Amino acid sequence: MNIHEYQAKGILRSFGVPMPRGILITSPESAVATADELGGSIWVVKAQIHAGGRGKAGGVRVCKSVDEVKQAATNLLGSVLVTKQTGVTGKKVRKIYVEEGVKIAGEYYLALLVDRESETVSFVVSPAGGMEIEDVAAKSPERILTRPIATGQGITDADCVAMTEMLGLSGKTSTEFRGLAEDLYRTFIERDCSLLELNPLVRTVSGNLVALDAKMAFDDNALYRQQEVLAMRDADEEDPRETEAAQFGLNYIVLDGAIGCMVNGAGLAMATMDMIQIKGAKPANFLDVGGSVTVEAVTEAFKLLFADAHVKVVLVNIFGGIVRCDIIANGLVEAIKTRPVNVPVVMRLVGTNEQAGRGIVTDAGLDVRWAADPDEAARMAAGLLQ
Amino acid sequence: MSVLLDKNTRVICQGFTGRQGTFHSEQMIACGTNFVGGVTPGKGGQIHLNRPVFNRVADAVREAGAEASAIFVPPRFAADAIVEAADAGLRLIACITEGIPVLDMLKVKAHLRSMRHQPILIGPNCPGIITPGESKIGIMPGHIHQRGRVGVISRSGTLTYEAVAQLTKTGLGQSTCIGMGGDPIHGMDFIGALKLFEADAQTGGVVMIGEIGGSDEERAAEYIREHVRKPVVAFIAGATAPKGKRMGHAGAIISGGKGTAEAKFTALEAAGVIVEHNPALLGQRMLALLG
Repeated sequence: MNIHEYQAKGILRSFGVPMPRGILITSPESAVATADELGGSIWVVKAQIHAGGRGKAGGVRVCKSVDEVKQAATNLLGSVLVTKQTGVTGKKVRKIYVEEGVKIAGEYYLALLVDRESETVSFVVSPAGGMEIEDVAAKSPERILTRPIATGQGITDADCVAMTEMLGLSGKTSTEFRGLAEDLYRTFIERDCSLLELNPLVRTVSGNLVALDAKMAFDDNALYRQQEVLAMRDADEEDPRETEAAQFGLNYIVLDGAIGCMVNGAGLAMATMDMIQIKGAKPANFLDVGGSVTVEAVTEAFKLLFADAHVKVVLVNIFGGIVRCDIIANGLVEAIKTRPVNVPVVMRLVGTNEQAGRGIVTDAGLDVRWAADPDEAARMAAGLLQ
Repeated sequence: MSVLLDKNTRVICQGFTGRQGTFHSEQMIACGTNFVGGVTPGKGGQIHLNRPVFNRVADAVREAGAEASAIFVPPRFAADAIVEAADAGLRLIACITEGIPVLDMLKVKAHLRSMRHQPILIGPNCPGIITPGESKIGIMPGHIHQRGRVGVISRSGTLTYEAVAQLTKTGLGQSTCIGMGGDPIHGMDFIGALKLFEADAQTGGVVMIGEIGGSDEERAAEYIREHVRKPVVAFIAGATAPKGKRMGHAGAIISGGKGTAEAKFTALEAAGVIVEHNPALLGQRMLALLG
């Protein structure tokens, strides 16, 4: 799960992480009062969307007068921001965050993540702040340090020395770094983060470290014990179809092709997408119905596929182990009762209760094209597109 | 021979009397597993599926000689269940549970690393392990398997069944199939399984099934180049997956440009692995190699 920058900063502030003062607004009318309340002579107006690359896309404006703040707020609110991470359709800006300006003496990159190789929570730091870390990794990997923190032991002196050396921090700033690192690590553990990224973390002209930007993502598996985080969910930032599917225990991801897929198991669902592409077509979605599906959930899944105007062919690929073929068949029959099918359906249905499943589909008089294996199913579906 | 598991292995189930535990324990028994009982705290002393129920894993070890466990307890208690099984001295632990918080798994792995006699953990979020014709610890449909000479190691459940069915159809069969699971932090990896399969006389070749995310496959490629002489056929799921999206499995995500299927295919091919881009052809490719 992802949250907005202003929400991440709220969490980090409660853990003692220093950052500029800021106020969230949703209408341009409050821009002037907000700028006055923050005071100073420089403000930063930042679009709040769940995607990186806002700066380059014009979603972060530095303003030198109250009028400029008002202008920026007017321009951004309600606009659609297209960044490197949003895709071509972009994201609508519904909220903006106005912050006091900071006099910057140095910019750094700092992140915490779950490192799969060392099996620890690790810091990733680089003196190349404010840039995309992927670009730094590609061009100058020697400027990135990944520092694993031993589980259960916390940050050591050696960890801090290694990181401050990489960042080139000294004196009081390096002492301050220790406190900051402790606060960030505690936030990560206590809030079940999957990513915590400050890009940039800045050193001010007075030598203090301040989180200028903040991004946080959370482990979906741990949300049951993170009610405060869960309450920060912003439905406007999620695809309503994906949200609806999730309520039925379905893993559904919208893609841009024309073949709607329904598969059991994440690996087989991905492999089905891959096979569709081998046959020269593109999948409209990823859909894993999971292992403990009900007729109700399968019905919902079929409805999602049939309701998608981009879907020209539906491909069902089920290898029933725990999932029973009769449940899939009943789901299809139920879905068709409420919504007539106007696209061809290719079905590959094998495994547990295979005969019963096929019987249900045939008895309902549904025009389904049967495939023996996923390869044939993908070939048939791609062929039907032409 | 086979790896890790045979007909003599004494198996229990944690979360024995629950709905999932009950259903799959019945299936394991039907597969011929030497199933000696199960654990459900507070229900010790009862009989379930004609097997004794214990309060703790330690009791099952002492009274029934348990060596291995299949864990079905709910995600929020599963990490503790793994640690309990390890501390009780089990040598093989297959955690089927999906949805364990990743920070809990980091603690589990740190605990296992600190042990003098480390058990083998399989999973979590996996189908388990099966030696066809002898024993099964997990949830894979037993009937599609056939005793044979190909080892299977995979990050995906149903995709493994797909490969298994092909191996059965070609008559090659399987020595042992191991599902390492779809989570980013897990127990047995490709390298661990490849090491066992390379040393196993019954295994003539290995099918490995990876997916996007992480670098397990790249590390396996390095290992294969140096240490594996038996033929390996590999498929990586997710060549068409978009970046930054979690594809069903918690571990299946391309982040920061890392973990793409293309990079994994390339690494494996460079290590002499037979890579197959069409998962419907894995059985045939292996048949061509083993004859």
